[in-house]
Amino acid sequence: MHAHSSIETKETQNIILPSTPHMQIKDLNVYIEGTHILKNINLDIPNNSITSIIGPSGCGKTTLLKTLNRLMDDSKEVKVTGSVLVNGEDIYAKDAEVTHIRKKMGLLSQRPFPLPMSIFDNIAYGPKIHGERNKKVLEQIVETQLRNVGLWEEVKDRLDSSATGLSIGQQQRLCLARGLAVQPEIILGDESTSALDPISTQTIENLLIDLKKDYTIVLVTHILRQARRVSDYILFVYNGKAVEFGKTEDVLINPKNPITQQYVKGFIS
Amino acid sequence: MQISGISITGSLFLIIGIIMYKGLPYISWEMISQSPKGGFYIGKGGGIFNAILGSLYLAGLSTVLATLIGIPIALYLNMYIKQGSFLEKSSKLLFDVLFGIPSIVYGAIAFSIMVWLGIRASLLGGVITITLLTIPIVVRTIDELLLTVPVDLKNVTKSLGATTWETAKVLIKYIKPGIFTAILLAFGRAIGDVAGVLLTTGFSDNLPKYIDEPAATLPLAIFFQLSSPIPEVQGRAYASALVLTLIILIIVICTHILASKQKKHKI
Amino acid sequence: MKFRLVKDLIAKYLSKSLLILSLSVVVLIVIGLAMKSSPLLDNVNLFHILTEKNWSPQKGNFGFLPFIMGTLWVTLISLVIAVPLCILASTYLVEYASDRLRISVLPLMNVLAAIPPVLYGVWGVLFVVPLISDWIAPIFNINITGYSVLAGGIVLAVMIFPIMISIMVEVLHTIPKELKAASLSLGATKWETIQKVILRKARPGIIAAVVLAVSRAFGETVAVLMVCGNIPKVPQSLFDAGYPIPALIANNFGEMMSIPLYDAALMFAALLLFVIIFGFNLISRIILNRLEEHA
Repeated sequence: MHAHSSIETKETQNIILPSTPHMQIKDLNVYIEGTHILKNINLDIPNNSITSIIGPSGCGKTTLLKTLNRLMDDSKEVKVTGSVLVNGEDIYAKDAEVTHIRKKMGLLSQRPFPLPMSIFDNIAYGPKIHGERNKKVLEQIVETQLRNVGLWEEVKDRLDSSATGLSIGQQQRLCLARGLAVQPEIILGDESTSALDPISTQTIENLLIDLKKDYTIVLVTHILRQARRVSDYILFVYNGKAVEFGKTEDVLINPKNPITQQYVKGFIS
Repeated sequence: MQISGISITGSLFLIIGIIMYKGLPYISWEMISQSPKGGFYIGKGGGIFNAILGSLYLAGLSTVLATLIGIPIALYLNMYIKQGSFLEKSSKLLFDVLFGIPSIVYGAIAFSIMVWLGIRASLLGGVITITLLTIPIVVRTIDELLLTVPVDLKNVTKSLGATTWETAKVLIKYIKPGIFTAILLAFGRAIGDVAGVLLTTGFSDNLPKYIDEPAATLPLAIFFQLSSPIPEVQGRAYASALVLTLIILIIVICTHILASKQKKHKI
Repeated sequence: MKFRLVKDLIAKYLSKSLLILSLSVVVLIVIGLAMKSSPLLDNVNLFHILTEKNWSPQKGNFGFLPFIMGTLWVTLISLVIAVPLCILASTYLVEYASDRLRISVLPLMNVLAAIPPVLYGVWGVLFVVPLISDWIAPIFNINITGYSVLAGGIVLAVMIFPIMISIMVEVLHTIPKELKAASLSLGATKWETIQKVILRKARPGIIAAVVLAVSRAFGETVAVLMVCGNIPKVPQSLFDAGYPIPALIANNFGEMMSIPLYDAALMFAALLLFVIIFGFNLISRIILNRLEEHA
C-alpha cells in the first residue's frame, strides 16, 4: 500500500490525506465515440469516508463514477486508458474479471430500480448468483440487510410481494440493501437522492454516514448542500478535468482554484 | 381531411364486415370439426378442421422456433456487442430490411432447395419457410423492447456482480409482457401467410399427422376453395376466412392489452 | 464459481452463431437465386429479357415486360390512391384530431396491418371486382369482368394504408413544436403552416414511408393475384387484366420443372423481386434511421 497519498493534477496542489487510499485513479482518460470526456484524472480515494464528486451537469462526473466499476466500457463505443487500482489491483488490467470487480462495488442509481421480482428475491438475487443456495442463510442475509437500512419493520410481512409496490423512498433503501447483500467494499452513489422527497433523502444520507465505518463511499451529486452535509472529501470536476480535491471544508469554504470558487459561489452551474 | 381518415378506417370495417356477412351463414359445428369429404375442390360435404389444425401446427411450430432463435439474437445485439459498433448497426439494419422481403421470395428459395434435396411439399417445408419469415419480426420487436429498458437497471444488476447472461435474464423478466406481444405478432404473421406455404406446404384433405406430409392451412383453404364453382365448397372458403379473421382479431386484441400492461410496468 | 462465467461465454457464442447463421440466409438467398437463374441468363441477354413482350415458355420465349408492366401498373395505381389519402389522414391525426380520436384510430391501423393478404384477396373478389364491373366500368361504357389492374391497385392501396399511416404519423411527431409555433406566430394560418412548414420538413420521412410501401406493393402476391386477371400481356388501360411478377411465381411453380428454362425464368423473377425490394427497403430504412437519430 502507498503510505503517501496525494493527488497531482495541473491545477491542484498536493494534499496529504490522513488515511490510506482504497482506490487510486491514475492517468485516467475516457473517450466516448471519439470525444474526450475525462481528461487525465489522478485521484486517491481514502477508505472509510465519503467522497463527493461535484461539478456542473455534463462535466463528466457520472462518467467518472461509472468508470470506477467498469460500467462505461461495455455500454457504448468507449475507450479507457490509464488505470484504476482497488486495493492496489488494476481493474482495467487485461486479465481482470469484470463480475468479480463489480461485486466489490455496490451501485446506488439515480432512481431506484428494483429488479422485477419480490422484495425477498431482490435482496437474495446477489447472494444467489454468487452461489448461495442455503435457504436459511438467504433468509438471514435478507433480514440483516433490511435491518441495516431500517426497512425490516416496514416490509417483513410482505417479503413475497413485488418490490414495485413500495414507495420510492423505500425502493431506494431496498436497492441499497440489495447492494450491501453481496458484501461490497465500496458504495458508488449516482445522484442517489435526486428522485426522492426530503425525508427519504435525509434517511438515505444518514444511512450513508452510518455505513462509512464499514465501507468506502463515493457519491456523485450536484447539490452542494448535500455534499457539505455528508462528505469528508470533495472532488470538483469541470469540463472533464479534476480541478480541485480536498477536505470538504477546504473545498467549499476556501477553494484554491478560481473556477471552484465561482462554482461554489453559484456563478457556474 | 376527415374524409380521407374516414375512408381509410372505413375500409377496415368494410373488409371485416364483408367477411362476416359471407362467412357467418356457413359457420357450424360440422364446419369446424370435420375434414372436407370427397376432395377439397369438388366435394360438397365436410368442413375445414384439417385447415384449422394445419394452420395451428404450422404457425405454432414456426413461432416457437422463431422465438428460440430470435430472442438470443436480440439479446446478443443489445447486451454482448458494443453498442454503436458496425456489426450492431448493420445487423439491425439488415433485420429491418429482411422484415420487408416478401414471403414469395422465401417460398421460392425454400421450394428450389426442397426440390434439390428431393423433399416434397410438407409441413416441415412450411415450418422452415415461415420460421425464416418470422425471425426478423421477433428480433425487431424484442430489440425495440430492450431499447426501452432503463440503462440503470442494466447497470445496477451488473453492479451486483451479475454476468451479462444473468443480466439478460433479469431484463427478459422486465420485458415479459412485450415478449408475448412479439410472439403473438409472429404467430399472426405465420398463420396468415399464403405465398410461402403455397410453394412449400402443399395441401391435403387429411388431418396433419406427420411432419413430412403435406398439410392444409387456412389461407390456402380460402385461396383454393374460393374459386370453386360449387357453392358448398365456396362456403368452406368463406367459413375459413371468418375463422382466420377471428384468430387475427383475437391476436390483435391480446397484443393491445399486453402493450398497455408493458406501459404500466415502466414505473 | 467459474461455471457462471462459462455459462456466460456459452450464451455469448451461441447467440452470436445464431445471428451469423440467420444473416447468412440473406447470402444464401442471393447465391441460390443467382445460381438457379443463371441458365436463363446464359441463353438470353438481360436487356432482352426485361424488354421482350412475348411470354411463351413452351416456345422458349421468356419476355418479362408484361409482368414488369403489370407490377408497375398495380403499384402506381395503389400509390395514386393511397399516398394523398395517407398524407391527409396522418396530418389530420397529428395536427387536428383530439387525443381520444388519435388513440382510438391508431390501434385500428394495427388491425388493418394484421389482416392476412388472403383476406384482402377475398374482399377484393367479393367487393372490389363487382364494384368495378357493375358500377365503375359502365360509367365509361365498358363491359368487363372487373378482374383488372385497377382492382389490384385498389386492394393494394388498402393494404399499404397501415404501413404508410403509422410511419407518417411517427415522422410528423418528430417535427419540433417550436417550428410550428414560429410559423403560426408569423401570422400564417394552420393550413399554411402545415403545407409550407410541416410537410416540407417531413418530406424525407414521407418519401421513406412511400418507398417502404412501394416495396410492400411490389412483393404482394396472393391478394393481387386473386383480383388481377393474370393475363401475360402488357396492360393498356386501368380496366385491362395484368400479371404482376409475384403472381407469376405463385401460379407456375408447379409446372416449372417440366419445361426447360422455365424454372430458371421463375427464379430470375424471384431474384428480380428480391434485389428491387432489398434496395428499396435499405434506402428507406437508412432515411428513417437518420431521422430518428436527429429527433
